[in-house]
Amino acid sequence: MEHNILEIDHLHVVFPSSKGETSPVNDVSLRVPAGKTVGIVGESGCGKSMTARAVMGLIHAPGRITEGEIRLCGRDLRKLSEKEYCSLRGSEVSMIFQEPMTSLNPVMKAGHQVEEVLRLHTDIPESELKQRVIDIFRAVGITEPEKRYNCYPHELSGGLRQRVIIAMAMICRPRLMIADEPTTALDVTVQAQILRLMKDLVSDDTGLLVISHDLGVIAKLCDYVYVMYAGRIVEESDIFTLFDDPQHPYTKGLMDAVGSLRRDAEVLSTIPGVVPSLAHLPAGCSFCLRCENGSDRCEKELPGLIQTGPGHKVRCHLMKEAGQ
Amino acid sequence: MIRNICRRLGESVIVLLGVALMIFVMLRIVPGNPVATMMGEHADLAVIERMTAELGLDQPVYIQFIRYITGALKGDFGTSYSLGKPVSFLMGTAFGNTLKLALFAALFAWALGIACGISAAARKNGLADHLFMGVSLMGVSMPIFMVAMLLQYVFAYHLHWLPISGINDWRGFLLPAVALGWNSAGSISRLVRSTLLDILQEDYIDTARGKGRTQAGVLIFHAFRNALLPVITMMALQFSSLLSGAVITETVFSINGIGRLAVQAIAGRDIPLLEGTALFTTLVVILGNLAADCLYDILDPRIRKEV
Ligand SMILES: Nc1ncnc2c1ncn2[C@@H]1O[C@H](COP(=O)(O)OP(=O)(O)OP(=O)(O)O)[C@@H](O)[C@H]1O
Ligand SMILES: [Mg+2]
Repeated sequence: MEHNILEIDHLHVVFPSSKGETSPVNDVSLRVPAGKTVGIVGESGCGKSMTARAVMGLIHAPGRITEGEIRLCGRDLRKLSEKEYCSLRGSEVSMIFQEPMTSLNPVMKAGHQVEEVLRLHTDIPESELKQRVIDIFRAVGITEPEKRYNCYPHELSGGLRQRVIIAMAMICRPRLMIADEPTTALDVTVQAQILRLMKDLVSDDTGLLVISHDLGVIAKLCDYVYVMYAGRIVEESDIFTLFDDPQHPYTKGLMDAVGSLRRDAEVLSTIPGVVPSLAHLPAGCSFCLRCENGSDRCEKELPGLIQTGPGHKVRCHLMKEAGQ
Repeated sequence: MIRNICRRLGESVIVLLGVALMIFVMLRIVPGNPVATMMGEHADLAVIERMTAELGLDQPVYIQFIRYITGALKGDFGTSYSLGKPVSFLMGTAFGNTLKLALFAALFAWALGIACGISAAARKNGLADHLFMGVSLMGVSMPIFMVAMLLQYVFAYHLHWLPISGINDWRGFLLPAVALGWNSAGSISRLVRSTLLDILQEDYIDTARGKGRTQAGVLIFHAFRNALLPVITMMALQFSSLLSGAVITETVFSINGIGRLAVQAIAGRDIPLLEGTALFTTLVVILGNLAADCLYDILDPRIRKEV
């Protein structure tokens, strides 16, 4: 039996506010098996980053996890003390945050920022630290690593900054890496290079969770995909099945958009309607207002995740369970 | 960077000359003859005229200015009308005292302001936050002389821990320094807090947390370093206001400093002494700003590499 690096079960993240609570992550369950790359895809604001932050234990106040379990290699992360969590971050689980341009400290040298991770989690002697960083810089394809070591972030291009961030995330060989929109802020040629680099990050006993709104990125990197809409997983499947046979009307809409236009920006225009505000979700399926085949039942009753094939689940009333 | 510093030095000299000229001209266009004031009501008109000529006050202003500057460059700032001694001599001791007082006060203000600002930001809306921000509001809004007298009452008069006035040793400086630095500590702690809270929203803070830094580690190693930039500018400005505050503090604690000298000079229409004190205060303020600029360059790599 293959084991899972990451297991999330029924995760709820809630932001209380004066106008009532919103839940950007609503009953999300997902698995990242060892040696695999798993993707979360969905429109802006659907809760992808929030799910990742929940795993890192870095949800900004006043948001908090209200329910659910997160297990990393079998360890329940919600039971960790803050101190234990700190020793986990960067060494067992690391995250590449969404904005490479602003994710590095502007007053620290790039090399020192990577070195910091080693200082925090290993006892590699001072004299070897620099060499380690230069080695990892070379591994992530940074040219002239000795020179870049002493550069400040503003002296590096977006692609180089992202490589520095990737170096930072992988230098301690964490079991799980989370990459939040690793290529969105980069231009197309650099995107391709970074994607190639990311592909090599996974080994037999580690896992990679990739977050993107871009199905193209997901297709290039992932073995398994979760489609997220308004805080909920609406479809999950291995990558080939998803592209061959998308079931959820939302997934179909995403596919059509990519197929016909090959441009992310127009994704929304091909799915009629807008994403509902998280504070005013319908009682039933959150997609029903934009769905062509939406019925009364869809509006009132929340569909469960229905198994439609091996490893393929869809949250939609229109689906029939496999074998029925 | 060296070039940057040289350029700033050049600018500073020009500013200093400009200020000197302004002070000089202003003191000469105010009505009334200082010599007449000095000699008293019953002085002979002929004597006054002779004295005026002797002091060079009958010459055109620009000639007087050039004379003054050439003298100043040689360390000669004229002779005090009211005290009858060379201005450079009078300022020598006074300047040392004021500078010590201001430095002590600045150290106190910076240390307290930064410590309180950081601990307030560490737990926004926590106990320390409310306490320090409440006290610092008092700090910024309480006049110096009140703080000074309060300190004198509690620590000198009541507890007998520290001398009530005078500066025979370093202990004498403690109360005046605290009184003088109190206001600055208040505003610095507020600035440190708000800057830190802003910076804690930045993306690179998340990155640092993601590396495994603790909340405190992030605050000190990542946020504070970035917060220093605006705080340093403020500190330099605060240093100038410390110097003006010194006038009151020196009076309350009977310290023989520039501030007290300036007050005497104004009261006695003692032009050379007034010019001297004003010029020196300007010099210190300019040097403070210069130091802040240079420090800013060193701390901010984005500026360091330019020109
Ligand atoms: N501080 C907050 N208070 C209330 N709601 C918040 C807060 N921060 C985020 N949210 C909500 O959480 C939802 C999910 O945000 P998240 O960052 O996970 O989106 P995302 O899927 O990563 O989108 P993007 O592609 O734009 O990064 C958003 O709809 C947002 O409105
Ligand atoms: Mg996001």
